[in-house]
Amino acid sequence: MRSKKLHIFVYSILFVALSVNANAQAEKECFEKASRGIFKFNQGFDNAILKPTAKLYNKLPEPVKNGAGNFTSNIATLLSIPNHLLQGEIKSAGHATGSFLINTTVGVLGLANPAGAIGLSSQKEDLGQTLGSYGVGGGCYFVLPILGPTTVRDSIGMFGDNLIDPFARITWHEKEIKSISGSKMDYIGVKATSAVDFRGDNMTNFESLEKNSLDFYAATKSLYLQNRDKKINNSSDSDDDDWGNLDK
Amino acid sequence: MRRLFFLIVLVFLVSNNSYAVSYNSDPKIFITELVDDAIKTLNDKSLTQAEKNKAIEKIALENVDIRALSMYTLGNFRKTIEKGKLQKYQELFEKYFLKSLTSRLTDYSSKKFKVIDAKQKNAKYTIVHSKISESSSQPEIKIDWRVYTKDPLKPLIRDLIVEGLSLARTQKEEFASILNSNNNDINVLFSKLEEFISN
Repeated sequence: MRSKKLHIFVYSILFVALSVNANAQAEKECFEKASRGIFKFNQGFDNAILKPTAKLYNKLPEPVKNGAGNFTSNIATLLSIPNHLLQGEIKSAGHATGSFLINTTVGVLGLANPAGAIGLSSQKEDLGQTLGSYGVGGGCYFVLPILGPTTVRDSIGMFGDNLIDPFARITWHEKEIKSISGSKMDYIGVKATSAVDFRGDNMTNFESLEKNSLDFYAATKSLYLQNRDKKINNSSDSDDDDWGNLDK
Repeated sequence: MRRLFFLIVLVFLVSNNSYAVSYNSDPKIFITELVDDAIKTLNDKSLTQAEKNKAIEKIALENVDIRALSMYTLGNFRKTIEKGKLQKYQELFEKYFLKSLTSRLTDYSSKKFKVIDAKQKNAKYTIVHSKISESSSQPEIKIDWRVYTKDPLKPLIRDLIVEGLSLARTQKEEFASILNSNNNDINVLFSKLEEFISN
């Protein structure tokens, strides 16, 4: 079963690598009409469930919120480590490993972030970013129910992440690693907490963006693609040649 | 009579200039002064909302390169658009920009803002790095300002880059999406802009 999944994954990677122009901007839509429909559904889900939950979450005492945020970030480090290695970022992989070990032990299962206090920060990495760093373009853009915006590359990366992430192996795949075991509910619980924490942190940003957009779907798409580019290039610079063309 | 007329014009010009806010030409100090001024205005309890909006609009009109921003956000379409329509677009864009800017600034006016440093990219552009401090409702936000410095004595803001995400580029791609899905009909974009301005 595992071998079959790996085969599918490897073929998917090859498909992406062969079918997507390395330098292409991930701007084309696969099925815009369907994506806009799913985007509306996601907005409904956000209004009915995610936003109210995030509002309640924001009312929790600061140490509780920080603890939840630290806990989910620490677990996400487990996925960042192999991706740093796959990108040849040995130093970052070392920092992430050190951060995970310190936060899990001294930081009581990751509830506190003592690693951050000594300058060991962990940057989130995933397989979509790793593929991007190899020069694989995003391919077309679409929206998934609940999970939100993605591209062909990033959705395949997400599937791959689920296979290489030690936390997903223990929980979602229910494999025991060094006597540690978990269930699918643990996986869903951590991912849901992470989503609520992110939504709570970005309450003003989301509201401001929605209120000031002429086409909220297009604005979200632009921000998603810019954010992925930024993460793949590990850069916060936003350069666009068109600024230089303005004065010509 | 003629002297009196000139005197009145002179007095008007002088008094009008005394209301114009001028900031330091060093990009870093320019952004610091401008944002401090905007935040002070938005938090001034003696002003009505309409007065606050008017003051912010004045600051933006004098210190943001709205015309260049309007051209940038139109993308390649700016090369083919008719002159009359371009003029209408620029008028609508200015109103749209001022309204959305005031709204965005109001959303963040209660936050603590700090300019960190400035990096000159080339003769035309300097990027000023700043941040909004962490609060109970949100983590720290990095904001970079793309300042146009072709005239070193009169810097102008051309873009705001929030956590590496350009607001101008987002706007440009939003407009492109509206045009693409409506056979490049600029009138649809006009209607959307008008709808936003009137709401």
